[in-house]
Amino acid sequence: MRIIVSIKGVPKPETVKVDPETHALRRESAELILNPFDRSALEMAARLKEKYNAEVIAISMGPPNVIPLLREAYSICADRIILLSDRAFAGADTLVTSRVLAQAIKKLAPFDLVLMGLKSADGETAQVPPETAAILGIPSIINVKNLSFEGGKVIALRETEYGLEELEAEPPIVVSLYPKLDYFRPPSFKRLLEIRNIEPEIWSAKDLELNEEKLGLSGSPTRVLGVFEKKFAEKGEIWEGEPEELAKRLINLLKEKGFLKA
Amino acid sequence: MLVKYPLTEEQNLLVELIKRIGEEYIAPFALEWDEKESFDPRPIRALADADLFGIIVPKEYGGLGMGVFEMCLAVEWLSYYCAGVSTTYAASFLGAYPIILFGNEKQKEKYLPDIAKGKKLCAFALTEPQAGSDAFAIKTTARKEGNYYVLNGVKQWITNGGIADINIVIALTDPAKGPRGASAFIVEKGDPGFSAGKKEKKLGLKSSVTTDLIFNDCKIPADRLLSREGMGFMVALKTLDYARCGAGAQALGVAQAALEVSLKHAKKRIQFGQPVYNFQAVSHTFAEMTMRLEASRALVYQVAKFIDAGAKDFSGASAMAKCFATDQAMWICERAIQMMGGYGYMRDYPVQKFFRDVKCLQIYEGTNEIQKNVIARELSKVYK
Repeated sequence: MRIIVSIKGVPKPETVKVDPETHALRRESAELILNPFDRSALEMAARLKEKYNAEVIAISMGPPNVIPLLREAYSICADRIILLSDRAFAGADTLVTSRVLAQAIKKLAPFDLVLMGLKSADGETAQVPPETAAILGIPSIINVKNLSFEGGKVIALRETEYGLEELEAEPPIVVSLYPKLDYFRPPSFKRLLEIRNIEPEIWSAKDLELNEEKLGLSGSPTRVLGVFEKKFAEKGEIWEGEPEELAKRLINLLKEKGFLKA
Repeated sequence: MLVKYPLTEEQNLLVELIKRIGEEYIAPFALEWDEKESFDPRPIRALADADLFGIIVPKEYGGLGMGVFEMCLAVEWLSYYCAGVSTTYAASFLGAYPIILFGNEKQKEKYLPDIAKGKKLCAFALTEPQAGSDAFAIKTTARKEGNYYVLNGVKQWITNGGIADINIVIALTDPAKGPRGASAFIVEKGDPGFSAGKKEKKLGLKSSVTTDLIFNDCKIPADRLLSREGMGFMVALKTLDYARCGAGAQALGVAQAALEVSLKHAKKRIQFGQPVYNFQAVSHTFAEMTMRLEASRALVYQVAKFIDAGAKDFSGASAMAKCFATDQAMWICERAIQMMGGYGYMRDYPVQKFFRDVKCLQIYEGTNEIQKNVIARELSKVYK
C-alpha cells in the first residue's frame, strides 16, 4: 500500500507579509510552520502505516524553506520526502497548485491514497484536495475522521450535521482530513536521528514535465484584486497600562455611562 | 542553569523531544491530573510513539541502546513537567532492567522489542505489606509444579500495578533458604490467578497508578523464571542499582521546575515597593537552592556516566546520587513554597504539587535511610 501525504508550509501567524503588487503571501521570507490542518493527514498516514504496513511519501510544493517541514513529516512517519520547487511555481493559485501536485502524484503511481489537511491555515479555500483529485480523474472525500481498508475498498467515516456518514470507495482516492483527531503523535526519536543524514528529493517543473505557461502567477486564473483588513463600525478599545490605573479609568467610564452610581 | 553540560547532538535531540512532549502532552494537564488523581494514558502513548521507552533497550532488540545517563536526561526533563508521568515512565524501566540484565535470549526476544516500542508497560514488584526496607522479609511464594510455577502472596504499593503488561515479581522458591531462596519471575497481565488491588490514594505523584498485586494460585510457565532459582535478590538489587540514578534524575527535574516557578514569582511580586527578590533573605535562599540543585545534578550526571563507563561496583555511587538529589529536592521544594508565601500554598500554583510529589522520591526505590546504609556499607569496604 502506498500513501502520499501532501503538506504545506504556512507563514507563522504575525510573521506574514503580503506582496503589495500581486496581493499574494510572501512565503519565501516568512517563518514557515507546518499547516496545522496537515497534522491530521500525517497522523492518519502514521496510523494506516502501522496497521497495513503502508509506504508513506510526503510531498510539498513550496520554496526551499519548506524542507524542515518535510523533515518533520519524516520524523513522524514518511519514508520518502519530496520537495516540489521551482521559481516557475511562484504565485500559484489553487488550480496551479493542484496541477503541480497531481503531476507529482502521477509520477508516484501506483498509489492507494492521497492524504491532505482539510484546508490551509493561510488560504483557507479547502479547494486543493478536490481539485487535485479532479485533475487526476479520481474521487475525493473531504473532512474524513477515520479511514480503513476492507476487501480492497477504502472505508471513510466522516461527521456531518446529520450524524456519522460511512462512505466506500475504490482506491486510489484523495482524502482531506478532519482537523481535530483525538491524538497526534510526536516525532519518533529514531527518525529524528535518521533524518540528520537524509536530504529530500527536489523536483522542478522540468522534472515534472510541466509547461511553464500553465504554472505560477501567469497560469493562475485567480486574480486577487485587493487585500484589506475588515474594519468594524463599532470598534472595541484596547487599554494598556498598570492594572490600578486601568481599573480607575474603567470605574470612571462606567460612572460616566451611568452603569455605576457616582 | 548556571552550570552548562556539554551534551552530544543525540542527547540534545533527546532533551528537545522530551521538552516538546512535556509542553504539548503534559504541561496543560498536569495540575488537573493531580487534582482529580487521574492517570492519563496520552503522555505515555506519546512517549511510546516517540520511541522513548526504548532508551535503555539494546539496539538488537529494537531499542536505542543508550545508557543510564540518557535515561536520566529523559527522566529529569519529564519530571520537570510532571513527576507522576515520569514515575510511570521510570517504573517501566525498573521492570525492563531485569530482562535486559538477566533475561535469557528467548525472554529478551519475546519481551524487549515490545517494551522498546512502548507497546508493553512494565512494573517491578518486590515490596510486601511486611517487607518494605526489610526486603528479605518477603513471604510471596512460587511453588514449582511440573512445567509451571504457582505464585501465592501479595505485593504492595506497586507502581503501574494493573496497567503494566509485564510484571517482574520476586518470590520465594525455597522459603527454608531465606533470601537465597528467592527468585525473579515475569508475570504477564492476564495470567490466571493474577490481579491488581484497588488504586491507592497518595499524597503526590497522583497521575501515576499504585496498587497491590495479588497472586492467588497464579500459574505461570516455568520459562518465566529470570536467571536461576535463588537469584531473586541478586536480580532485584542489581536492577535497583541501575535505576536509582533515575530517582535522582526525577529529583533534578522537579527541583528545577520549583526553582523556576518560585524565582519568576519572587522577581515579580512587589512588597514594600519592590520585588521581593531584592531582599537578601529571599535572594540568598535562591542562591542556596541553586547551589544545592547544581551539586545534585553534578552528582547524578557523574554517577550515571560512571555506570555507563562500565563500572562494576556502583551500589554506593548510585545510592548517593539518589539520596543526595532527592533530599536536596525536598529542601528546594519546601523553600520554593516559602519564597512564594501564600501563593505557594494555594493549589492554583504548581509548587505545592512539586512539594507533595518530591516527598515520595525520598521513600521509594529504597528509602534514603536504606541508601545511607548502602553508602556506609560500601564505604567500609573501600576503607578497610
